[in-house]
Amino acid sequence: MKWQGFILPAGLVLTAEACARIFGISSDSLAAPSQILKAAWMLLADGSLFVMTGQTLLSAVAGLLLGGCAGLVLAVVLGLSPTLTRLLRYPIEALRPIPSIAVLPIFLMVYGFGYRMEIAIIAFACFWPNLIIGQAAVSGIEPRLLEVSRVLGLGFVGRVTKIVLPAALPRLFLAFRLAAAISLIVSVTVEIAMNPQGLGYELMAAQNSLRPEVMFAILLYIGLLGWGLNALLLFAQQRLFGAAGTAQVPR
Amino acid sequence: MDRSTSNADDALIAFRNVSLSLGGRPILENINLKVRRREFICVVGPSGCGKTTLLRLIAGLVHPDAGEVIYDGQVVGEPASDVALIFQDYSKALLPWRTASGNVSLALEASGTPKPERAQRIRALLDKVGLAHHADKYPAQLSGGMQQRLQIARCLAQGPSVLLMDEPFGALDAMTRQVLQDEVLRIAESGHTSVFFVTHDLEEAIYLGDRVVALRPNPGRVAEIFDVRLPRPRDQLSTREDPEFMRLRRVLFDFIQETES
Repeated sequence: MKWQGFILPAGLVLTAEACARIFGISSDSLAAPSQILKAAWMLLADGSLFVMTGQTLLSAVAGLLLGGCAGLVLAVVLGLSPTLTRLLRYPIEALRPIPSIAVLPIFLMVYGFGYRMEIAIIAFACFWPNLIIGQAAVSGIEPRLLEVSRVLGLGFVGRVTKIVLPAALPRLFLAFRLAAAISLIVSVTVEIAMNPQGLGYELMAAQNSLRPEVMFAILLYIGLLGWGLNALLLFAQQRLFGAAGTAQVPR
Repeated sequence: MDRSTSNADDALIAFRNVSLSLGGRPILENINLKVRRREFICVVGPSGCGKTTLLRLIAGLVHPDAGEVIYDGQVVGEPASDVALIFQDYSKALLPWRTASGNVSLALEASGTPKPERAQRIRALLDKVGLAHHADKYPAQLSGGMQQRLQIARCLAQGPSVLLMDEPFGALDAMTRQVLQDEVLRIAESGHTSVFFVTHDLEEAIYLGDRVVALRPNPGRVAEIFDVRLPRPRDQLSTREDPEFMRLRRVLFDFIQETES
């Protein structure tokens, strides 16, 4: 009964449309679904949607790769070195709770407006989940496997590439998916707050110029984008790590 | 056969006044023990007597607080490549994301065996433990006995002089256990390998060993060493019916009863 899930949303959209037509609402903050669709079509047709998407996604992906990879590398190193873990414990605990948007003024001072500032903030935001989950993943590896690697005489590089990474891979990828969602949230937030580019900025611009139908069109589109990004990563997870990702019997 | 020229009494492994505490609790106290080359030595004792710790000392996974462990004339430091350790919990010791041949390959990769040579050696090793037809299966697709065979194959890939076995068949059913006992005897015999075999099964210890070391707990000490004068090759039926086997079983059984009470 999959279609049952669509009853309520479709009903709400139709109700909104009917209300807008019957009462002839003309509002600065609301728009009829048909107007939103029309606005979405306009954005698509003149190509501006692709430009905004490109700007937002470029920042999100670059920040995700920079911050996420740095987090994973540090996670693996910390997972294997109890001494370093103890040394970095308080710096990490002090920096981690900082809301990522709060570092905006700092990076704005350093980089000014544009990609670099946005990417730096996204990287900061994506660094933490990968570090924390990655560290848990590495320290949660079956200790017997690490003993096996010692007895077999594997070196540090061999231990990381042949034991630690494959064993932690499913959880590392989970961290990466989480960070991907965060990267989109933070990029849009930065654009809304300060940076004059991308989807978040256009969203605010539409609101400021009293065009709610454009605002809602972009909003819906951002939702779709996030959903698509997660679906893509889920698909990649199953395709790339089918066997190792589940660490069980591949079929 | 170069080892046959060396003195038969030549110790390959020696514990010299070894003591060890873990977390403030004394585990082993003043252990003196020698394992000769090509000897099959079994260690029995009640739980908590430090059997496994003895084995981990030889492997270089832990180090003594006092005294020293000598392997092949050297004080044991980091794990040596020709000392192979077979864990009891085979399912945790195998890499679940690698196939049977991938797991054997791990040992060859660690020892720096050139890639072109690996495939053939893996095939020979899997054949040796009877897993030739299961090379492409993952550990989760193998039975417990087969997983333990796979771990043995991986250890043999190290080309070991010593096999350290930590209750390797404890989790297996009786039939599988007997088959694997005979295979380990065969492997040790053909490879001129010394075996240090920890078990809680007294009959298994007598059946396999040249000597049986009995430990006393709290803290672990060597209580007594029994020579097993049973003819080789051993046989699951006739060896176990040998009067000497039954005498030893009685002696060891009484000994364990006494230490556990």
